[in-house]
Amino acid sequence: MTAPIRTPPGLLRSTWLVLRKDWLIEWRTRARLTALIFFALSTLLLFSFAMGPDITMLRVHAPGYLWLAILFASTLSLGESFRVESENQAMVGLVLAPVEPRAIFLGKVAGNTSLLFGLSLVLLPVSVALYDVDLSRNFGMLLLVLLLGCIGISAPGTVYSAISSNARARDVMLPLLLFPVLVPMLLAAVSATKFALVADPQQQLSSWVKLLTAFDLIYLSVGFLLFPRVVEED
Amino acid sequence: MPYWAPWVLLALVALLSIVHLAVPSTRAWVWKVLAGLGVAMIAGLLYLGLVWAPQEAFMSDVGRILYIHVPYVWACMLAFTVNVGAAIAYLFKKSWVTDAIAEASAEVGVYFGAIGVLQGSIWARPTWGVWWDWDPRLIATTVMLLSYVGYLTFRSFTEDAERRATWSAAAGILGYVSLPIVWFSVRWWNSLHQVQSNASTLDKPMRVVLTWGEATFFAFLFVFIYLRYRIARSRQTSALELPPIDAPTGATAS
Repeated sequence: MTAPIRTPPGLLRSTWLVLRKDWLIEWRTRARLTALIFFALSTLLLFSFAMGPDITMLRVHAPGYLWLAILFASTLSLGESFRVESENQAMVGLVLAPVEPRAIFLGKVAGNTSLLFGLSLVLLPVSVALYDVDLSRNFGMLLLVLLLGCIGISAPGTVYSAISSNARARDVMLPLLLFPVLVPMLLAAVSATKFALVADPQQQLSSWVKLLTAFDLIYLSVGFLLFPRVVEED
Repeated sequence: MPYWAPWVLLALVALLSIVHLAVPSTRAWVWKVLAGLGVAMIAGLLYLGLVWAPQEAFMSDVGRILYIHVPYVWACMLAFTVNVGAAIAYLFKKSWVTDAIAEASAEVGVYFGAIGVLQGSIWARPTWGVWWDWDPRLIATTVMLLSYVGYLTFRSFTEDAERRATWSAAAGILGYVSLPIVWFSVRWWNSLHQVQSNASTLDKPMRVVLTWGEATFFAFLFVFIYLRYRIARSRQTSALELPPIDAPTGATAS
């Protein structure tokens, strides 16, 4: 009697397994999320200190501060997501398992997105307290913009993080490579958040959301194509 | 000057470049011809741009920067296009030649782009009254430069040659993909600006001088990339090849 041949799991199934593995690692320590939240909170506080206590000005600039806080925190999150794989050559094990590299990419993007999205949900009430913004105007759209923006950071960020995790001075390399690419995402996310928080007389919100969606789709597909090449060297 | 002369020069530069690429035996001297031609054309460009071409209607003599500024930025973009082509070729062929071309073109492109932005800033001061403005082209070009400076830094910070080649190819492709999106989003973000001038809004003598400038700096672009490529190649050989087998042991150990 022969043992049944086990077929390797499909792309979606392996993506889910990679995501669940990352969530499990995160849940067992909870160190990354805690660090992210406090880092982003202190960034938000520092912005208020740097700009002075003028509440009308703070309210106007709140979307920018919010996204910069998420962006700065994302470099911690992205760097950490591949640092755990470089310990004990975990990445090699993952590729040899065999997990399809594209599933690793999708799983890591989903993991980073969920972490950043969770972070931004924590930051929302804080920005109400610090900057007196009005979330109730278009809350559904606001959540959508936050989610799309977090995907927009994670999709190119995952590829760059995989690339830079083995370079010298990797903590400097990641933002150096990532930030120029994220300029469109930052512009679109800040504008969309602004129009979700304040009046939008010219109906500009939907066009920024479209730009954000296009950015996400482009980087998800380019990363999906490039990632197998990036990890096969390991 | 006949109006077709710059086009002939441009075709000559293109022809010499193609000869260099297609016929390996000419590689020893074609780049020298191109470099000499480039120097001669710079002399011509100085005369044509500063004396022969008419004054710009609104900007007077300040507008003459057009003849070097535009070719510089175009040369920069051409270099980055070469870079992404070499990066894609590397991912498919894994050849060291394409990696060296990618490194050379990125570095030369950053040079042309940085000088181009600097010229634009010098032009902006008398024209707009400021050194820097949130003009879409300015921001997009600067973001593009930053992205390639990051690329070059990354290259110099990665020890393993094979990983460096693969990873920087991926970084180069991601960076290049971002260029149109950056351009589009910045333009959208700051949509209050002037209509851009292009070749069709230029007077004919100006267009002639502009073409002359393009021929000049494309010649230099080719020579620079070729020379930088040779450096990259010899670095690769020294890094990858083993020392000759009959070399004295003391020399290799030191």
